[in-house]
Amino acid sequence: MTPSDFQFLADLVKQRSGIVLSEEKGYLVDSRLNPVARQNGLADLDELVAKLRVASIGPLADAVLEAMTTNESFFFRDKTPFDNFEKHILPTFAENRATKKLRIWCAAASSGQEPYSLAMLLKEKEGTADAWQADIIGTDISKDILEKAKAGLYSQFEVQRGLPIQLLVKYFKQDGEVWAIDPAIRAKVIYKYFNLLDSFAALGKFDVVFCRNVLIYFDQETKKEIFEKIAKVMPPDGFLLLGASETTIGLTERFKPVKGHRGLYALDGGETTKSVTAPNQMKAAAS
Amino acid sequence: MKQCLVVDDSRVIRKVARQILEELSFDIAEAGDGQEALDQCRSRMPEAILLDWNMPVMNGIDFLRALRAETNGSQPVVVFCTTENDITHITEAMQAGANEYIMKPFDRDIIEAKFSEVGLV
Ligand SMILES: C[S@@+](CC[C@H](N)C(=O)[O-])C[C@H]1O[C@@H](n2cnc3c(N)ncnc32)[C@H](O)[C@@H]1O
Repeated sequence: MTPSDFQFLADLVKQRSGIVLSEEKGYLVDSRLNPVARQNGLADLDELVAKLRVASIGPLADAVLEAMTTNESFFFRDKTPFDNFEKHILPTFAENRATKKLRIWCAAASSGQEPYSLAMLLKEKEGTADAWQADIIGTDISKDILEKAKAGLYSQFEVQRGLPIQLLVKYFKQDGEVWAIDPAIRAKVIYKYFNLLDSFAALGKFDVVFCRNVLIYFDQETKKEIFEKIAKVMPPDGFLLLGASETTIGLTERFKPVKGHRGLYALDGGETTKSVTAPNQMKAAAS
Repeated sequence: MKQCLVVDDSRVIRKVARQILEELSFDIAEAGDGQEALDQCRSRMPEAILLDWNMPVMNGIDFLRALRAETNGSQPVVVFCTTENDITHITEAMQAGANEYIMKPFDRDIIEAKFSEVGLV
């Protein structure tokens, strides 16, 4: 591919999704877009780019975008965010709020493991004093991956990464090598197409925002804008959870890290600073 | 260093599991069937056991039941690792005292995920 063709593709992808394709990602462009070219009856990437230069909006451009998203996810990924949710966020809300109702947003839901993990976590609390009524909304820019999320079907490999065996037995039905999530869990999550570059105005408010392992693909400017937009869809006592290699530090003053809780952020001036058990510290003390 | 006993009648599987678990900082012992594993546990109880189901002499589930009946037999964290990949077998294993369950084929990611699930890594 010529440097100018690469630049054209990188600009297209960045403009539509925020995803930055640096020169070193050339191999990724090759391996992911060659199949797109073939599926569309095009000989190679040169032809693909030529066609996109004529029509940069339409099914072909959409297919290119789909192909350039990285959708890897797994159940209870990194564990800490889910500990933070269960052992810090819920107790904090329980103490400071009148009702046990929540609206949770998984802003890059991918194939559904993150919202379904939350749905299972909350389901486990049903019928106890810790029960919460929650709306879980999962959004993503990839329509293909949202279809997979909605279907709730996972391979044997996927259900073995991060999902405790007790939860597998309890919330999945097996059909050969395919594991289908319980319809009751599936019904707890609403999936929608949403591009993080778009206006958040119609989304409503979210008490908790999981925006994990998506900002890593964006440049600083885009990250800043998204943090600003997220801040506006949260109540003052809301929480934001980021991926293991993501941070708000140096990018926005709107959020501040919650001490002792890796990956957890509160609106500046929002969260009531008090010590609820820090799961990380507990772990450190126990080992 | 924590010891993990790898119980499988296939030498190839034992070798693959050993490699992965050594990278996760375990000291490895091996047994080719349940009886051999039980004998080893009686002389030194390991911290973790990676356990196959179908084996000659004594199979995995019988070994697990015998192990849990031993003094200190409740100590090791037992992770099944087998081609028996249906809910019935999984449930039976959990009832017999297994802590986690891996459905073969496995790889490093799965072993690591499952071992961290039960607090071993
Ligand atoms: C690696 S997955 C993260 C999944 C999950 N949050 C996790 O941490 O496991 C990243 C997801 O971000 C989505 N994505 C990329 N750009 C996006 C955008 N501009 N708006 C919404 N989602 C986007 C991709 O389609 C992909 O499914």
